[in-house]
Amino acid sequence: MSRFNPYGDSSGGSSLAIAGADFAILAGDTRHSTGFSIDSRDQSQIADLGDGLFLTSNGFSADAKQLVDDLRTQIKWYHHNNNDHKLSISAAARTTMMLLYGKRFFPYYVNPIMIGMADDGTGAVYSFDPLGSYDREPSRAAGHASELLMPFLDNQVTFANQLDPQTGEPRKRLDLDLQTAVDLVKDAFTGAAERQVQVGDTLEIVILTKDGVDRQYYDLRRD
Amino acid sequence: MQHTQEKWGRPRDDVYGPYDASYLNSEPRTQTLQPTVTGTSVIGMKFNNGVVIAADNLASYGSLRRFIDQERLIKVGSETVVGVGGDVSDLQTIEEIMEGLEISESYDEPAQSLTAPNIHSYLQRIMYKRRSKLDPLWNALVIGGFKNDEPYLAFIDLLGTTYTAPAVASGFGSYLAIPILRKLVDREGDQQNVSKEQAVDAIKEAMKVLFYRDGRALDKYSLAILSKKDGKPDVEILKDVRVENQNWSMAKQIKGFGTQDE
Repeated sequence: MSRFNPYGDSSGGSSLAIAGADFAILAGDTRHSTGFSIDSRDQSQIADLGDGLFLTSNGFSADAKQLVDDLRTQIKWYHHNNNDHKLSISAAARTTMMLLYGKRFFPYYVNPIMIGMADDGTGAVYSFDPLGSYDREPSRAAGHASELLMPFLDNQVTFANQLDPQTGEPRKRLDLDLQTAVDLVKDAFTGAAERQVQVGDTLEIVILTKDGVDRQYYDLRRD
Repeated sequence: MQHTQEKWGRPRDDVYGPYDASYLNSEPRTQTLQPTVTGTSVIGMKFNNGVVIAADNLASYGSLRRFIDQERLIKVGSETVVGVGGDVSDLQTIEEIMEGLEISESYDEPAQSLTAPNIHSYLQRIMYKRRSKLDPLWNALVIGGFKNDEPYLAFIDLLGTTYTAPAVASGFGSYLAIPILRKLVDREGDQQNVSKEQAVDAIKEAMKVLFYRDGRALDKYSLAILSKKDGKPDVEILKDVRVENQNWSMAKQIKGFGTQDE
C-alpha cells in the first residue's frame, strides 16, 4: 500500500533577487504549473508583507502560501506588541528562520527569498533553505530555473572568480546601478524562459528604493 | 542490580517481561490512501459578465458506473458555486462543512453574504489542514463566483495547492478541456471579449470531448451559469444537460481490441 504523499510539484516558476547600494530588486514570473501542465499564467508569486518587505518562496506552492500567511501573522503581532514599530529586514529574516525551523520534522518544501532596505539604507537580499538556514547575499535565484539563473548572477553581479585583465587581480564586486540590474534581471529571465518549460508568461519585477516601491511587468515566452 | 548501562532506567524484564518491540515493525495508522467512489473532471471558465462551471453526474466505483445521478455542483451562499471532483464521500463532507459555514454566517445582522473569495480561502485552509494531518479530503475543487462584481474563478486540490485563472479544470479536463477553453480565455482579461453564450458553448464542447475520451465521464451533466444582472448576482444551475449531436461514426474504425471481425 502506498502512503499518501503530502508534497506536490505545484509551484510558481522561478524568482531572483539582486541587492544594490541603495536598491533591492525581486523578480518572478507569473506562471504557475503542476508538473508539465500550466495551471495559470497570471499567478503573482511575489508577496507584499508590508513594512517594505517582499518575499517569494519557490517550491511546493501550498507550503509557500502557508509560510506567507505565517509571516503576515507574525508581523501583525509584532505591530500589536511594539506600537506599530516597523519590522526591520534582519528581524524579519530571523523570524522566517524560526518559522521554517519550527517545521524541522515536517518541513515547508520551499526556498524563500526576501528583500527589503536594511537599517543602513543599503538594499538587502536574504535567502533561505527549506529548514531555515539563511544568509544575506548580493544576489540569489530560486525555483525551477535556479540552475540557469544563479551562474549568470554569479558571473554578472558578483564577478565570482574573475581576474581583472589589466592588473591580474580579482575583479571587485562593483555596486550595480539600478538600470543595469533591471536589465540583468530581464536578460536572465528571457534566458530561463527559453530553456525551462515551467518559466514564462509574464515577468513581474519589484524595485525597492528609499523612495518607495515600483512594480514593472514584461512579457516572456508564453508557449 | 543491573550492571550494564543499556538496562539502566528501564522496566525490569523479570517483573514486566521483555520489551515488546513488535510495534516498530508494524504499519502506522493509515487514513484514506485512495479514493473509492469518485467523480471525474470539473471544468470552469470566465466570461465578460460571470462564470460557467460544469461537472457530469457520474460517481464511479473504479471503472464501474456506480451512480449516474450524482450532483457535483454545490451552491454556497447566494452567489457562489463549488464544483467537486474526486472522492464522493469527501464531497459530502465538504457539502456538510459548507452548510455549517452558511448557518454560522447567517447569524450576523445585517447578514453579510459569503463571496467566492471567502469560500475559496476557507476551503483552501480546510484542504491544507487535512493534507497536513496526512488525512486528506481526496478532492479537486473549482470555485466560481464574484469578487467586487468581477468574475472570480479558482482551483484547489487535495494538497491545498491553489490558483486562480480565467479557465480551470481538474483531472482529465486539464488535458482535454483546457486547450478548448483557452482558445477563448488564455490570459487574465481575455474574458472581457467573451459573451455568456460563447462561454456556455465552449464548456458544452469541452464536456463533449471529455465524454468522448474520458472513460469515467457521463453524457449527462450539470451546468452552473453565474452572471450579474443589474449589478445583482444571478445563479442558474441547469441540471440533466445532455451532450448533444454525438457522432460515433469513427467508432467502427477503431480496431485492435474487443470482439470484431478482421
